[in-house]
Amino acid sequence: MIDAVGNPQSLLLLGGTSEIGLAVAAKYAKRRPLRVVLAARPSERLDKAADDLRAAGATVSTVEFDALDFDSHAAVLDKAFGDGDIDITVLAFGLLGDAEQAWQDHGRAVELAQVNYTAPVSVGVLLAERLRRQGHGRVVALSSVAGERVRRSNFVYGSTKAGMDGFYLGLGEALRGDGISVTVVRPGFVKTKMTEGMKPAPLSATADQVADVVVSAVAKRKELVWAPAPLRVLFSILRHVPRPIFRRLPI
Amino acid sequence: MKPQKLTGWGRTAPTTAQVVHTADVRAIAEAVKHAGPRGVIARGLGRSYGDPAQNAGGTVIDMTALNRIHRVDAEAGTVDVDAGVSLDTLMRALLPFGLWLPVLPGTRQVTVGGAIGSDIHGKAHHVEGSFGDHISELDLLTADGEVATLTPADDLFWATVGGMGLTGVVLRATLHLNHVETAYFLVDTEQLGSLDELMARQSVDDEKYVESVSWFDAVTTGPHLGRGLLTRANHATLDDLPAKRRRHPLRFEAPQLLVVPDLFPPGLLNKVTGRVFSELWYRKSPTKMGAVQNITQFLHPLDMFGEWNRGYGPHGFLQYQYVVPFGAEDVIRHTVRRMTETGKVSALNVLKRFGDGNRAPLSFPMKGWTLCVDLPVGAGVHELCEELDELVLAAGGRHYLAKESRATPEVIARGYPRLDEWRKVRASVDPEGKFASDMSRRLELS
Ligand SMILES: Cc1cc2nc3c(=O)[nH]c(=O)nc-3n(C[C@H](O)[C@H](O)[C@H](O)COP(=O)(O)OP(=O)(O)OC[C@H]3O[C@@H](n4cnc5c(N)ncnc54)[C@H](O)[C@@H]3O)c2cc1C
Ligand SMILES: NC(=O)c1ccc[n+]([C@@H]2O[C@H](COP(=O)([O-])OP(=O)(O)OC[C@H]3O[C@@H](n4cnc5c(N)ncnc54)[C@H](OP(=O)(O)O)[C@@H]3O)[C@@H](O)[C@H]2O)c1
Repeated sequence: MIDAVGNPQSLLLLGGTSEIGLAVAAKYAKRRPLRVVLAARPSERLDKAADDLRAAGATVSTVEFDALDFDSHAAVLDKAFGDGDIDITVLAFGLLGDAEQAWQDHGRAVELAQVNYTAPVSVGVLLAERLRRQGHGRVVALSSVAGERVRRSNFVYGSTKAGMDGFYLGLGEALRGDGISVTVVRPGFVKTKMTEGMKPAPLSATADQVADVVVSAVAKRKELVWAPAPLRVLFSILRHVPRPIFRRLPI
Repeated sequence: MKPQKLTGWGRTAPTTAQVVHTADVRAIAEAVKHAGPRGVIARGLGRSYGDPAQNAGGTVIDMTALNRIHRVDAEAGTVDVDAGVSLDTLMRALLPFGLWLPVLPGTRQVTVGGAIGSDIHGKAHHVEGSFGDHISELDLLTADGEVATLTPADDLFWATVGGMGLTGVVLRATLHLNHVETAYFLVDTEQLGSLDELMARQSVDDEKYVESVSWFDAVTTGPHLGRGLLTRANHATLDDLPAKRRRHPLRFEAPQLLVVPDLFPPGLLNKVTGRVFSELWYRKSPTKMGAVQNITQFLHPLDMFGEWNRGYGPHGFLQYQYVVPFGAEDVIRHTVRRMTETGKVSALNVLKRFGDGNRAPLSFPMKGWTLCVDLPVGAGVHELCEELDELVLAAGGRHYLAKESRATPEVIARGYPRLDEWRKVRASVDPEGKFASDMSRRLELS
C-alpha cells in the first residue's frame, strides 16, 4: 500500500530499462524498502538495471515485455501482479529515433506509432482493470512536451505522444471515482540514452530531476506536471503562437 | 454494488471497497463470512487519520447504521449500546441522567466501535485511563460468523481493545460511566512563555485535575519557542455554576458555527496564516483560574467547524502523534524545534501527560508525554517524520495507530513490543486473515 506521503511498497516499471523510469525507482528505493518489477525486453541492460536496484536495497524481479506484442500484454501484467499489489506503475517505454527518417520510412513511422501510442493504450486498458480490482493504485505516464504542441522538427514522435498524453489524461478522469490516480508527466529535453548525441534544448533536465518531479507529483496525486516546471508556462505560450510565426521559431 | 472510495480524516491515500451499510446484524455476519480474498474491516465515522478503516478491493462494513442505545442504568452508571453509536449521540443521551463518558477524545464524532478499536484516550487519561478500561462486556463478531461475548477476563477482549478492527467486528458494548452534577467545567488556563516552562508547569499538580492538556505554538522561534497554554479542569458542581446556569445544569451546548467548504487551495494553511493563528490562539486565553466553560468550549472547540480537515487542501495532511516516557523531554524539545526550523505549519499542537497504560497489547498510551502535530502533505514531511521516528523509538516511545499513516512495519513493531503476542490471539480467531485493512497490509500487522 502507498502511504500518506506517497511512499509505495511496490513499483512496476513498464520499460524496465528506461533511464527516467529507473531514476524514479531508485528514488523510491532510497526512501523505503521497495519491491520492483521491471518489465522489459531481456538484455544485458536489463540485468544491469536489476543489479543496480538490488544494490540500492530493492527487491527486484523481471518480466519479459515487448511493447509491440499486444497479445502478450495481459499475461505480462498478470505476471507483474502475481506477487501482490502494485502501488505505482510507471509507463516509461518509448522510442524517439531520427525524426526525418520517421516520417519518410513507413516501417519506422508505424513502429513509433505502435510503441508510443498503441502499446500505452493496450497496456493502459489492462492495467486499469487490474488496479480497479485491487482497489487502489497510482499510474505515472511519461508523455512529453513534444505532444503539447507538435512541431515540424519531430512531428511523428510528437503526434504519438499527443495521443498517449490524451489517453492517460482521459483514463485519469475515468478512474477518479476508483481511488486510482493517474499522473501525466511532460518532460522537456532529458539527457538519457534516448537523446544521446542530440543538442540539449533549453530547460533541459536530468533523469534524476524528472524523478524528483514524479515523486512529488505522485504524493500530491497531481494529474499533470511538467519537468522542469517552467516548461508549463513556456508551452502554454507556444500553444497559442499563430502557425506562420510558429513555423519560423528555431524549435 | 459499486465500490466506494474511502479515505481517513487526513484525506491522503484513497482506496475503494464494497461498502456494506446495514443495521441488520445477520447481514453483517454474512458479509464477514463471505468476504472475498481481500478480506473485510469495520469502519466507524472514519475519524482515524490514516488507512485503518479502509480495505482496498475488499469489503468495508460501515457500522454507523447499527446505532441503538439499548439500556441506560442511571444508578449503576452503565449503558448498553450498539457499536455504531457516536460518542456525540451517546453523550447527549446520557447527560440528562447526570452520566458522563469518562474518556472523550478531541472530537465527539467517533463511534463506540472506533473508540474500542483504537482504545482512545482523552484529556483525562492520567486519571481515567483509556476507553478499554471502562468496558464491562462486548459482543464481537468473529471470522467464523459467530458472536462472542467478551469480558476483561478474556485475552481476546484485550486484543480487540486497540486491535484496529482486526480481531472482528464489535457489535455492542456495555460501558461504565461517571456521575456528574453539571455539564460544565471549572477551567484553569495558564499562559506559559516557553516550552520548558510549559512542561515544567504541566508536571506539577496534574493529579488535582481530571482534565489536563496543553496547546503549544510550533511557529514562533527564539526564546519563546514552544510557548503555550496549559488548560486543566474539573467538572463543575452545582454550587460552582452562576445562578442563571443552575436552572439547566446538564444542558448540552454544542453549536456548529460553519462547515468548511471543500474549496481550499493547497497553501491556505501556510506560514502566514499559521503564524496569525498561533498568535491569536495564544493571546485569546490569558492566564485565568476557575472559569466556567461548556463542553464545546473546553473539550471540543474544533467540533464548531464541520469538516475542518478540508482546510489543509486537496493533498491532505497527516497527524504525527507519539508517546515517550517521562525523562525523554528532549524528544519533545527536538520535535518543536525541528517543526519551527523546517517551517512546517501545524496549528493543532497538543502536549499531554499520560498515566499508566493498560493490558491491551496494542493500546497506545503509556506513562509519559504524548505530543501531536498536524502536517500537510508536502515537501520535507517524509524526511522530518523519519527523523523523529528514530528519536521516538530510541527513547522507548511509540506511535498512535489511529493517527498513523506513513510509518514502516519496523517502526510499529519496535514501538509495540507485544505485537507478536497480539498476533497470536488474533490468529487463533482469524486463522485465514479475513480481517484486513489498508493499514494492516501497509504495516504488516497481521
Ligand atoms: C479532530 C480529531 C481529534 C481526535 N482526538 C483524539 C483524542 O483526543 N484521543 C484519541 O484517542 N483519538 C483522537 N482522535 C482519533 C479518533 O478518536 C480515533 O481515530 C477513533 O478510532 C475514530 O473512531 P471512528 O468511529 O471514526 O473509527 P474509524 O476511524 O472509522 O475506525 C478506527 C478503527 O476502529 C475500527 N473499528 C471501527 N468500528 C469498529 C467496530 N464496530 N468493530 C471493530 N472495529 C471497529 C476500524 O476498523 C479502525 O481500525 C481524534 C480524531 C480527530 C479527527
Ligand atoms: N529523454 C527525453 O528527452 C524525454 C523527453 C520527454 C519524454 N520522454 C519519454 O520518457 C520515457 C522514458 O524515456 P527515457 O529518457 O528514459 O528513454 P530510454 O532510456 O531510452 O527508455 C525508453 C525505453 O523504452 C524501451 N522500449 C523501446 N521499445 C520497446 C519495445 N518495443 N518494447 C519494450 N520496451 C521498449 C527501451 O527498452 P530497451 O532497453 O529494450 O531498448 C528503453 O529502455 C519515454 O516514453 C520517452 O518518450 C523522454
